[in-house]
Amino acid sequence: MSNNMYVIAVMLTACACNFFTRVFPFLLFSKSDKLPGFIQYLGKYLPPCVMAVLVVYCIKGINFASLAGFMPMLISVVAVVLLHLWKRNNIISIAGGTVLYMILVQVVFAR
Amino acid sequence: MDKKAFRYALVQTMPVMIGYLFVGAAFGLLLADAGYGLPWAAGMALIVYGGSLQFALLPMITAHTNLLTVAVMSLSISSRQMFYGLSLIERFKKMGKKALYMIYSLCDETYSVLITDVPEGIDRQKFDFYVAALDMCYWVSGCSLGNLFGALIPFDTTGIDFAMIALFVVICTEQWIGSKNHLPAITGMVCGVVSLILFGADSFILPALASSMLVLMLVKNKVEVSENE
Repeated sequence: MSNNMYVIAVMLTACACNFFTRVFPFLLFSKSDKLPGFIQYLGKYLPPCVMAVLVVYCIKGINFASLAGFMPMLISVVAVVLLHLWKRNNIISIAGGTVLYMILVQVVFAR
Repeated sequence: MDKKAFRYALVQTMPVMIGYLFVGAAFGLLLADAGYGLPWAAGMALIVYGGSLQFALLPMITAHTNLLTVAVMSLSISSRQMFYGLSLIERFKKMGKKALYMIYSLCDETYSVLITDVPEGIDRQKFDFYVAALDMCYWVSGCSLGNLFGALIPFDTTGIDFAMIALFVVICTEQWIGSKNHLPAITGMVCGVVSLILFGADSFILPALASSMLVLMLVKNKVEVSENE
């Protein structure tokens, strides 16, 4: 197999697997006219739960061996929450937190 | 084209745009360094369409990893997405032919915007479609531009990918403010952290999501009762 063919095969494999995980719940429940009660319940209350897990997923790389390993992330996440509770404006919270994080990793806690 | 829904989708996906352009650019640049030009960068962004997945494919391509291993890795990296559709089944069903595209493009960031409420007067279905399409445009643009010009970015972009984490944190905060019952959010946080400690960073996401789902089922009565108060 030539290299180009190989890379295309890798892409298609990854695409199929990725799509499978995305379509999985739809395959399970597409036939039923009315969703089972517990799926309706999960569908309603899972999102806040999943978002919390996703935040943990994003910050999983922090390490407590040095201050630089966790302080920028910790400070910036707290800053985003506080900014958002204060102004309740997505752009301000996200831009503010991101700029703060960049300053922290590039300047304050620079290695 | 529903201008009102489009404009709202544009505003709501702004953080995704910033994150995707720069993270995509980082990927495009790595791909260029490995010797793959624009068609590969754009093609991979469009066909694979998964951030962490694409980054994981790079070393595998260089090492000529066999396809079975690629499949197993892809499934495990993407597995968290199995939990996203549960909340969107009814909504996507109503979208007819577009449903397939909505499922295909259901990444972390799109999911996180889709589960937030929209104000009255905004067409939900159109908004959902615009969000999915815009996010994909940002990602393909980021990967392509980074592949072409990544080496020319004049400032240090280290840390700019925090925009996506910030987006998730904002959505968590919004959901916290907007719901009477905080059990689901607390469940996710606790299961996430406990699984992270027990299973380590590389393999905690599935146990975290599965255990959250289980706990949510166990506290079903509590959650529903307090919501109806």
